[in-house]
Amino acid sequence: MAAAVANGDKGFEVPKLEIKFTKLFINGRFVDAVSGKTFETRDPRTGEVTARIAEGDKADVDLAVKAAREAFDHGPWPRMSGFQRGRILHKFADLVEQHTEELAALDTVDAGKLFAMGKAIDIPGGANLLRYYAGAADKIHGETLKMARPCHGYTLKEPVGVVGHIVPWNYPTTMFFFKVSPALAAGCTMVVKPAEQTPLSALFYAHLAKEAGVPDGVLNVVPGFGPTAGAAISSHMDIDKVSFTGSTEVGRLVMEAAAKSNLKPVSLELGGKSPVIVFDDADLDMAVSLVHMATYTNKVDLSDYPAVPSEIMCTSTICSKFSSILHINSAILQGEICVAGSRIYVQEGIYDAFVKKASEMAKKSVVGDPFNPRVHQGPQIDKDQYEKVLKYIDIGTREGATLVTGGKPCGENGYYIEPTIFTNEEMSIAQEEIFGPVMALMKFKTVEEAIQKANSTRYGLAAGIVTKNIDIANTVSRSIRAGAIWINCYLGFDPDAPFGGYKMSGFGKDMGMDALEKYLHTKAVVTPLYNTPWL
Amino acid sequence: MAARRAASSILSRRPIPRPVAASSIGESALLGAGSARGWLPGALHRFSSAPAAAAAAATEEPIQPPVDVKYTKLLINGNFVDAASGRTFATVDPRTGDVIAHVAEGDAEDINRAVAAARRAFDEGPWPRMTAYERCRVLLRFADLIEQHAEEIAALETWDGGKTLEQTRGMEVPMVARYMRYYAGWADKIHGLVVPADGPHHVQVLHEPIGVAGQIIPWNFPLLMFAWKVGPALACGNAVVLKTAEQTPLSALFVASLLHEAGLPEGVLNVVSGFGPTAGAALCSHMGVDKLAFTGSTGTGKIVLELAARSNLKPVTLELGGKSPFIVMDDADVDQAVELAHRALFFNQGQCCCAGSRTFVHERVYDEFVEKSKARALNRVVGDPFRRGVEQGPQIDGEQFKKILRYVQSGVDSGATLVAGGDRAGSRGFYIQPTVFADVKDEMKIAQEEIFGPVQTILKFSTVEEVVRRANDSPYGLAAGVFTQRLDAANTMARALRVGTVWVNTYDVFDAAVPFGGYKMSGVGREKGVYSLRNYLQTKAVVTPIKDAAWL
Repeated sequence: MAAAVANGDKGFEVPKLEIKFTKLFINGRFVDAVSGKTFETRDPRTGEVTARIAEGDKADVDLAVKAAREAFDHGPWPRMSGFQRGRILHKFADLVEQHTEELAALDTVDAGKLFAMGKAIDIPGGANLLRYYAGAADKIHGETLKMARPCHGYTLKEPVGVVGHIVPWNYPTTMFFFKVSPALAAGCTMVVKPAEQTPLSALFYAHLAKEAGVPDGVLNVVPGFGPTAGAAISSHMDIDKVSFTGSTEVGRLVMEAAAKSNLKPVSLELGGKSPVIVFDDADLDMAVSLVHMATYTNKVDLSDYPAVPSEIMCTSTICSKFSSILHINSAILQGEICVAGSRIYVQEGIYDAFVKKASEMAKKSVVGDPFNPRVHQGPQIDKDQYEKVLKYIDIGTREGATLVTGGKPCGENGYYIEPTIFTNEEMSIAQEEIFGPVMALMKFKTVEEAIQKANSTRYGLAAGIVTKNIDIANTVSRSIRAGAIWINCYLGFDPDAPFGGYKMSGFGKDMGMDALEKYLHTKAVVTPLYNTPWL
Repeated sequence: MAARRAASSILSRRPIPRPVAASSIGESALLGAGSARGWLPGALHRFSSAPAAAAAAATEEPIQPPVDVKYTKLLINGNFVDAASGRTFATVDPRTGDVIAHVAEGDAEDINRAVAAARRAFDEGPWPRMTAYERCRVLLRFADLIEQHAEEIAALETWDGGKTLEQTRGMEVPMVARYMRYYAGWADKIHGLVVPADGPHHVQVLHEPIGVAGQIIPWNFPLLMFAWKVGPALACGNAVVLKTAEQTPLSALFVASLLHEAGLPEGVLNVVSGFGPTAGAALCSHMGVDKLAFTGSTGTGKIVLELAARSNLKPVTLELGGKSPFIVMDDADVDQAVELAHRALFFNQGQCCCAGSRTFVHERVYDEFVEKSKARALNRVVGDPFRRGVEQGPQIDGEQFKKILRYVQSGVDSGATLVAGGDRAGSRGFYIQPTVFADVKDEMKIAQEEIFGPVQTILKFSTVEEVVRRANDSPYGLAAGVFTQRLDAANTMARALRVGTVWVNTYDVFDAAVPFGGYKMSGVGREKGVYSLRNYLQTKAVVTPIKDAAWL
């Protein structure tokens, strides 16, 4: 038994939860699907049905797009000032905060996310993102231009129109606000398809948006499945932009559908196989903690890990108490995160010691009910993912990787898996995205070798570097072909820090002022100048 | 003569329709309040004509302000304290000249205490060390508190400064909240550039708070100037010592207390009431102050800059006087142009640095324009600023009042044609009749100097080239208005006028995001917008070699 399983531990309270919203949200109203169909959303702790949700498909997407189109072409949203939109987003943020407990519980029953982290991080983080973009809505600047002829030129940044957002299940709240907040600030209208595994919080947010004053038709939420509702969004002739977060395979389908329909611009935030590179000069205990959290989960309570100096955890996590919106705790929950530090390269001088300590830490990790505040790691999202992770563990073993710890399911029911560590050189578990609590540990000798290995992947989402040496840190930062580099920390997410991938991890940025660009068109306006005193 | 004009104005009285130009000015325009006439028909009932109204206002008892004066002491290190000297000064109700309250009078010793508190708050306190998001939240809470106390704040501002309650309650107080929300949104978006180097170097730019900012604000817009100065300084993480004008110390003390209620740590904002030669000079020459921002007259601005140079070379932002042209082309809809030009000058009793105080009118529409401007001025409702429907309250104090009347006399003496006003209104307080001069020549004093009162000077021109030349022939360069439908003329003038703001077919639009400041002797630097942040940030380049760079 690698990890303590806290399933039998009943010393905590599961909040009573009423599921209020199960229908599609179109044009400001909750409605049944045109087909009348529904689907089940299940509690990953038990595999039991939580609620039956209206199942949107093409007909519903059409209705939602029609509402969004009308709201964009004739409604008040793009016509009010950025400041006024910002005021509504601030109100929205306040409402989200007021419902923190309920929303965190929704994400926990829907996605198996740690309840305590949802309350402390995910939900306040959503409010933080809304406030960030509320403050950005009146700061969208065009430019006046330096023309080569006697002309006056300037650019207008215009909202792109109707946006389709397709969001994943791994962090329903955070992903929802990654997409929706900047698009709302820019003045767009939108149709959001949450993942079929996790529709609950998105519907709740639609309700709160309306309460905050977002006009009808601006934000529509259509739960449903990828091949039906998702495909309808991607190929819709009246959607002006699609923003997708999910797997690389599905990202390809989204882009293809966009190309085949109206050539709508696409932004994709896809899979990763992100390296964490630990150099010889690293503080070993800090490095082990950082890698542990980068791969599996994070501690709610640092006192569980007395060896870790708190300031390192603090810097390594961008101190949740203050700023972070998307904290590691919620983010890498159960290893289900696109930026999981799933390839760990450790320099040879500290390799053996590192493996030993990492394995000890994995064994101490408590797996169990995510409502339990003593638990570090909850269940995988669903049966499919659970089985896929176990299959990769099996492949790793068969390909000759050394299983250091874990490798088995745990608990009697639900989708719990032990924190698992493999060591070895070339293995397919070091190439493919597992999306589970599986760490692949490998050895390297030189900086050049580390860079070469880190880059030998079709992904380029993120990377971690653990070193005290400024030259190594700077060189490796520029050399790694990835969209986010975290030095002596991991999951350095921040509302102001743009996030998005290189290579087959996608294109386009979420967060920061860069994310607004996805939802804006640039228009150049030129007119001749007469008798101008300067050019 | 005044009596004769009053009679003629009754004859020329007409209902003032809601000005067409109002829609083009937009909700955020400061001048929006002028349109209050449109929705307050009662105003015209009470005041059948401007001079009559003024007389009525001056003879009837002033309305009791619906507010108590709560704060009269200096705000230093989070506490309201007496001046070190124990001295106080009187702040006066411009409607009557009566004392509103005695206010602690800060001088050099109090500035020393305030700077020490600000220094500590900046060097050791939490403010620059907390996250920008937390600073943002404090400013947002402050904006909410301003809205919750809007009635009280507006009443104080009207009482102390003679500004109409419709203006303070309807526009200025909401704008203070709006500015604060704007700067709150910047706090977590202050970006330095990562810079390309010529060789293998990694270069990044950090924008750090500059430190302790000394800010000196004027009496014509006490709250708005508070917001313009304090908002960006706090958003950037600085500590502040603010000196208010001795004429209007009350509103800043009130809102500063709200800022502390919103969670501002002690010492981050210190407010010292006092006089320029004592408190102001001490702040300007203080060796512990890292930055100065001043709004006021060009004469005082020179002293501020000189004291900064003589002490520690602290950088200075100056927003000074103006003699801004308002240019009406021959294609203009004269009614709209008259209304806009009227508001551009008379807004806030004419006490605006950017007042459109040289009204240039094309010769083809000149006579009609003068006639209609006269009628509009005669219809301007002067009276107790607490009364609904009143457009113009008293001037700020006796000194300004006398100065304006001297300028009026100078206009008459130099041969300009006085077509409206020209005298005090009523017999008490500092009310002045809306005054219009026609046939004004460039060389006249009233066309060259800043009057800072309700005195419109109308000049004639014939070509674009001519009016641009004459408009630019001024030591000032704060703002300009251009009124035309001709795109090419608008574009040409927008570039040719040497001023910090050109308003085309509008005037006095003061959105938070729009930079404001002067060319020439109207000042140095810009306030509002992203540009305001530069005033309160240092720029630090961090350079280090990069070994084996993958790219440069």
